[in-house]
Amino acid sequence: MTDTRFGLARSFRSAQPFSLECGAVLASLDFAYETYGQLNAARSNAILICHATTGDQYVASAHPRTGKPGWWHNMIGAGLPVDTESFCVICINILGSCMGSTGPSSIKPATGLPYAMDFPVITIGDMVEAQKLLLDHLEIPRLHAIIGPSMGGMQALEWAVRNPDRVSALVILAATARHHPQNMAFHEVGRQAIMADPKWRGGNYYGLDDPPVAGLSIARMVGHMTYLSAEGIDAKFGRRLQKHDRISYSFDADFAIESYLRHQGQSFTDRFDANSYLYITRAMNYFDLAAGHGGSLATAFRNTRARWCVVSFDTDWLFPTDQSKAIVHALNAVAAPVSFVELATPHGHDGFLMDMPALNAMLSGFLEAVQP
Amino acid sequence: MSGLRPDLAVIAANVPEGSRILDVGCGDGALMAALRDTKRVDARGIELEAAKVATCVAKGLAVIQGDAETDLTDYPDAAFDYVILSETLQTMRHPDKIIDQLLRVGRYAFVSFPNFAHWRVRMSLLWKGEMPVTRLIPVAWYETPNIHHLTIKDFRAFVLERMIVVENAWFLGGDQHVGAFAANMRAEHAIFLVHKPL
Repeated sequence: MTDTRFGLARSFRSAQPFSLECGAVLASLDFAYETYGQLNAARSNAILICHATTGDQYVASAHPRTGKPGWWHNMIGAGLPVDTESFCVICINILGSCMGSTGPSSIKPATGLPYAMDFPVITIGDMVEAQKLLLDHLEIPRLHAIIGPSMGGMQALEWAVRNPDRVSALVILAATARHHPQNMAFHEVGRQAIMADPKWRGGNYYGLDDPPVAGLSIARMVGHMTYLSAEGIDAKFGRRLQKHDRISYSFDADFAIESYLRHQGQSFTDRFDANSYLYITRAMNYFDLAAGHGGSLATAFRNTRARWCVVSFDTDWLFPTDQSKAIVHALNAVAAPVSFVELATPHGHDGFLMDMPALNAMLSGFLEAVQP
Repeated sequence: MSGLRPDLAVIAANVPEGSRILDVGCGDGALMAALRDTKRVDARGIELEAAKVATCVAKGLAVIQGDAETDLTDYPDAAFDYVILSETLQTMRHPDKIIDQLLRVGRYAFVSFPNFAHWRVRMSLLWKGEMPVTRLIPVAWYETPNIHHLTIKDFRAFVLERMIVVENAWFLGGDQHVGAFAANMRAEHAIFLVHKPL
């Protein structure tokens, strides 16, 4: 008999009240998630993928709104680096997002209307505590590994520190233990762009069929630039003109890079909720793992017993190598088994999404080094 | 342990079962993998080159990309039973400080290096008046990574001066073991096992 908790496009409602770090309580929690591969009899071969800021649970299956392949379809699957022949891979839409898990677009039970800005401010820690409820539902006592790229790395770090007995190995890709003020600043620009859009309407745009696409689009354009490297942009677009063979002396998107960014901003609004963008980037800005441990990252890691694999990318200026190294130094200070490498890529922060043989070999070797 | 470089084979044969080791400059992880697979050793490594680190991690080894001259300071005191520095001491900017760090993070250190007083090296200098290019020192003076050449006699004087105890020593010539007699002349290669005075 098949267990209907596992498979594609799954959902689950946890009816128990959920307390957040800010003190607020959500009456219930909805989860949208996907699983790939078979859970073994010992329930010990599960790998949790924590998705990035604007990612979702469609990690290796087609996105229902865009029709595009899953965001990590090159990494997760049968015979791929995260091999679904060996592992049961789980990806959960995070708390605060908009692809089926509870977030600002969810219905507030007390009013029967969407939360909008009544949604409480959440943290990375809240996202992790929520994920634990789903793993309890799936009856997975201990994860073989958690893989966290970008903001997913923040969740993975919180996971290991909060639940040392529930995870055996962590992969932290292009992430940080302390959200840098420069990144906080970019996120503030994005949020202000959304809030400055008259169509944002204090967050109450649900049901009007006229969302703040201009503001959200600008937020995405800013964000998207931080995911790419100067070198990568120059190689891909240079100063190439988009349509005409000469500049137009107007404010049209003369250049390919301008046209590309406008397209990225526009298409993002088809699949993402502006209020979710506000709440999730807010959670990132609050993230400073050491702060809750007397300012010492090593103290935070003191009780962890997992194996670690930390990877940075040389052209990533959003989460640069020194931020990964700070994690590695703190893990070394507590003699944790940690691997670290800075990989070369022209793709900046987005390097983790690219098909890189060195990354693929490392990940599969690391995941398979210990039998689940 | 077959297939290991001769100096690494000596080290591998002398690391006790189940110990915790740090291989500084671990390369592609051949020694670490051998120790893990045959002696249940908890092995960690540091390596400068990203590609070699990636190779190690793909083998399931715990290796960090880093520079021993700056990154050893991250490890707590006595974190390891044995720290291994093979064929690397002579490439360090500050070999003396490295030895201090090895003996801080490990209870024992294996240190191996090419012996610059081997007779072939001496002959090259004496008869040709040229910096030697030998099997163990294979590149010309201007591109060699070996910036702090030393001899077995130099190393013995160094440890004596610092009250570092030599627990054991092995000498190799042409991949064969060479006795301690006149080793400074006969050995191409030396491996020392040292620890701090108690």
